[in-house]
Amino acid sequence: MNIIFYLSAVVAIYCTLRAVFHKHAVHALLYLIVSLLAVAVVFFVLGAPFLAALEVIIYAGAIMVLFVFVVMMLNRGEAAIQQEKAWLQFSTWAWPAVFVLLLFAEWLYLLFYQPPAVAPVGGNQSIMPQQVGEALFTRYLLGVEMAAMLLMAGVIGAYHIGKQKQRNYHRYLEEEENLRSTASEKQTQQVI
Amino acid sequence: MISVPVSVQLLLPSVLFLIGLLGVLIRRNVIFMLMAMEIMLNAAGLVFIIGSSLWKQADGQVMVIFILAMAAAEVAVGLALILQVFQMHKTVDVDQLQELKDERERG
Repeated sequence: MNIIFYLSAVVAIYCTLRAVFHKHAVHALLYLIVSLLAVAVVFFVLGAPFLAALEVIIYAGAIMVLFVFVVMMLNRGEAAIQQEKAWLQFSTWAWPAVFVLLLFAEWLYLLFYQPPAVAPVGGNQSIMPQQVGEALFTRYLLGVEMAAMLLMAGVIGAYHIGKQKQRNYHRYLEEEENLRSTASEKQTQQVI
Repeated sequence: MISVPVSVQLLLPSVLFLIGLLGVLIRRNVIFMLMAMEIMLNAAGLVFIIGSSLWKQADGQVMVIFILAMAAAEVAVGLALILQVFQMHKTVDVDQLQELKDERERG
């Protein structure tokens, strides 16, 4: 099992790096999906089969499909790739990379020279979906309700924000709209 | 189950988190920044999973479920915002989006 952990960890890190540094948005998304699948394998190996399934279904499935849709709606073809190439120069990412590496060195020091002292004996153990469901619907019931409301708010918010402005298809209505907008502009200018 | 040392297990989410942080820092395209934020959220979830499997408690996994729900809501609203911004300004460059900035300081 250890070799599976190391293999999927390497795949996850490599694909995440490619996703972050890739110029083509769709390719980056596909790399990110592969990385999420590798993380799902890590979840499974660590003894969380339920969350591994959820990771594949929700993260790699639903959320990434949303990303792919938006990327396809915004796609500007070759020009976008050229622009990304211009943005992603060495001088752009050198200093952030240095700082992130510094943070990584600190992290390594904390993890290996002052390792977590309270790690329990017995190592990793698997937790079956029954236990997760039991905890979710007894102790965390309020949290489930709040997550439901959050998702509801997210759906309504996304609908209202993403709604296109209504177009008028009649000349008369268009003129009326123009009149109204100029009137409101005048009003704001007076206020200023 | 696996017998990898705890420090090595925690190394994977920290590397993933730092890659996500690097992505937020170096990218100018809003979509890539949102993607990098997803990477960071995912790394946080991985830490929860490791903790829950070490302590044999289901609470960590419950937290990851909440993180998933939060990420889904955040992505839905964020992508709708990106679409609206793209329709208004015809760009996804964060440096161009300075409508809220004072007119005099705009450079």
